[in-house]
Amino acid sequence: MNDILSRRKLKAKIFRIIATISTWSSIIILIILLGNIALDGFSNINWTFLSSFPSRFPHKAGIKAAIWGSIWMLALVAIIAVPIGVSAAIYLEEYAKKNKLSRFIEINIANLAGVPSIIYGILGLTIFVRFFQLDRSLLAGSLTMSLLILPVIIMAAREAIKAVPKSIRLGAFAVGATRWQTIQSHVLPASTPGIFTGVILAMSRAIGETAPLIMIGALTYVAFVPENINDPFTTLPIQIYNWVSRPQVEFHHLAAAGIIVLLVVLLTMNATAILIRNRSLKKYKW
Amino acid sequence: MNNKIIIETKNLTLSYGKHPAIRDCNIQFLKNKVTAIIGPSGCGKSTLLRTFNRMNDFIDNFNIEGEVLFEGKDINHSDMDPVEIRKRIGMVFQKPNPFPKSIFDNIIWGPNINGFIGSQQELVENCLIDAGLFDEVKDRLNSSAMELSGGQQQRLCIARAIAMKPEVILMDEPASALDPKATMKIEELIKKLKKSYTIIIVTHNMQQAARISDNTAFLYEGELIEYGKTNSIFTKPDKQQTEDYITGRFG
Amino acid sequence: MRLLFRQINLKEKGIEIFLSLSAFVSILTTMGIIMILFTESFQFFKNVSPVEFFFGTQWEPLLVPKSFGILPLLSGTLIIVAGSALISIPFGVLTAIYLSQFASEKTRNIIKPVLEILAGIPTVVYGFFALSFITPILRSILPFTEVFNAASASIVVGIMILPMVASLCDDALRSVPRSLKEGGFALGSTDFEVIKGVLVPSAFSGIMASFILALSRAFGETMAVTIAAGATPKLTINPLESIQTMTSYIVQVSLGDTPQGGIEYQTIFAVGIVLFGVTLLMNFFANWVMNRYREVYE
Repeated sequence: MNDILSRRKLKAKIFRIIATISTWSSIIILIILLGNIALDGFSNINWTFLSSFPSRFPHKAGIKAAIWGSIWMLALVAIIAVPIGVSAAIYLEEYAKKNKLSRFIEINIANLAGVPSIIYGILGLTIFVRFFQLDRSLLAGSLTMSLLILPVIIMAAREAIKAVPKSIRLGAFAVGATRWQTIQSHVLPASTPGIFTGVILAMSRAIGETAPLIMIGALTYVAFVPENINDPFTTLPIQIYNWVSRPQVEFHHLAAAGIIVLLVVLLTMNATAILIRNRSLKKYKW
Repeated sequence: MNNKIIIETKNLTLSYGKHPAIRDCNIQFLKNKVTAIIGPSGCGKSTLLRTFNRMNDFIDNFNIEGEVLFEGKDINHSDMDPVEIRKRIGMVFQKPNPFPKSIFDNIIWGPNINGFIGSQQELVENCLIDAGLFDEVKDRLNSSAMELSGGQQQRLCIARAIAMKPEVILMDEPASALDPKATMKIEELIKKLKKSYTIIIVTHNMQQAARISDNTAFLYEGELIEYGKTNSIFTKPDKQQTEDYITGRFG
Repeated sequence: MRLLFRQINLKEKGIEIFLSLSAFVSILTTMGIIMILFTESFQFFKNVSPVEFFFGTQWEPLLVPKSFGILPLLSGTLIIVAGSALISIPFGVLTAIYLSQFASEKTRNIIKPVLEILAGIPTVVYGFFALSFITPILRSILPFTEVFNAASASIVVGIMILPMVASLCDDALRSVPRSLKEGGFALGSTDFEVIKGVLVPSAFSGIMASFILALSRAFGETMAVTIAAGATPKLTINPLESIQTMTSYIVQVSLGDTPQGGIEYQTIFAVGIVLFGVTLLMNFFANWVMNRYREVYE
């Protein structure tokens, strides 16, 4: 009997070891991944790199165009997607009755969040580039990306709005406030930190996406900084992809350097989001 | 003695979906009096109270049959604006629900959105004095309302309600979440407030009803069993059911 | 001056309508996707028979002689999905079990952010990692591995979706009430037996749904496979060869100079509709599993 029991206990112990190793291997993988990229690209990070345009010659190439393209695109996407996304979330949480239509919209948004990004590229190509004739411009790219991250923003904003206790709204209604007055003065201020965090996470996604922008024609060789929303453009991920696709090893090092820049930007954005989330948890202790 | 009727219900039936919470209720609330609504849990007291300021509008499958007359007019008539009604009939909730803003902003917000012109400082101070809270907070009007104790928050909610200068204040078990000392303060406040306001208070605490109200209505399973002067209800009730409830034979 | 309440009501109604339009943008998006994919595919299927498309084993739409059988692309995608499942499912579930059953608060506070970081790394970076790190290692162990191969891509896609499996399974496991676990322990079972016999079956619907969602993501993955897996459509089960997925084919066409309106251009939509359809079905299936087998705990 004891023999069987000790076998069972051994099994349990082995299992626990396997589970522990599996879990900690994620950290190891992350370290290897980041280490590999850092080692590969670090030597290329210098001011020349950051301030030059791409070139056929690796030693002259830089990501200035890509950085500015990404900045422009992020700004435009924020202007387009955030108002629409937050408005939709407000409508769905505060106004819409719980009926079949609102349920349908909910399911629809959840599905859109799971559609592969390249499909959005096809959508953007057909509607913005061809039909609206925006050509391969920043505007077309930003509109396409906005549609891509819209479901993410809507879902995050809804969670933030839902977290505001119902009692606050009832208190406002009880002093004779209209629904919009209540939303404007109480619900929105309280949910803004959560919405902001969600927006930053959505933007993190947008800045790293490549496929949709390739489809709408964001160029892989851009030697200028965009000056208005109708200009063609490139972004960090696209430039990285371009360099990775070249056979010469020097371009691979450049790609690694570009990745470092991209990851630094992402790290900053997410750190900001976390800081805001923690600060706001102190203020709104429900 | 001017016993004017301010709110009156006629054949009022309230239901959630098909399930009736209040059946065929006829009751008159008198101006500048404190009326208590008592009864065991689940008898429909809160549902009835929330109907008077149309807070039940926010519940999806809620149905009203019959009339609720405020100064003679049916508040559920399509011409009546619920937002207007809530300005004239205020409410204090069971659990204090101050806004996550400063004490000052909590009180002035309601009047502001209604186009209040005049001295904000004066209005806030007067409301705090009337709610018996001013002395405790006069030095920190700009600090967050969330830092106050439960009892203080509730008095703040009362101050917020009276800042709108309503005619009626509905109170849904306002002291049930508070300790005895805070409860006492609320009860004294209610007795003072009735000089300027009509108060309808739902309470499951019979002794509280006996202490502070002029009239008492006893509800049981959605029906109004008995209604009259508090004194009579508690000393010589007409109905056996009322007597059973008051003497604690069921609860 | 106070507005009459009818004027205020007008303003309120106006705001409500404006906000509802924003919500309808999402419906417009879906309608747009469906409409475009269907109408353009319809053009495609006027020229290519569906039988050839869905059952043909040769995909060569750009060079003569042209062939339009999608099976090579489909098999390429499926190898990636299968390979990434081999990595993400075991590691993901084990991680979830560890996090929900064994890990201390401190450990959770380290591992969870690590997983979030892994999930947030852009797919180009994973593609680069596959090509520059994984592939050389693979080639040194198995020298007949091609420079572009499905295995490297599968590995990184697996790493990419592991956090998703881990996080969703963690949620599912944590929502099992303590009382069930305690019941198992009270019968004298070991950790492993309780996990295997009580916990995992009780969280079954959530765990299954997480697999389907993660695999749906792998199905639609684009950049990592474009960079590392190759551009040769091939019906094969050998992961060490170069292949092409449906997604990387679409990228390839758009990088080229394909004129609009030609049959080559239309292939984008035909492949796209298959991609869209499969991922949509997988997402619906995941939801159905959640709802159908949802264990109701009071």
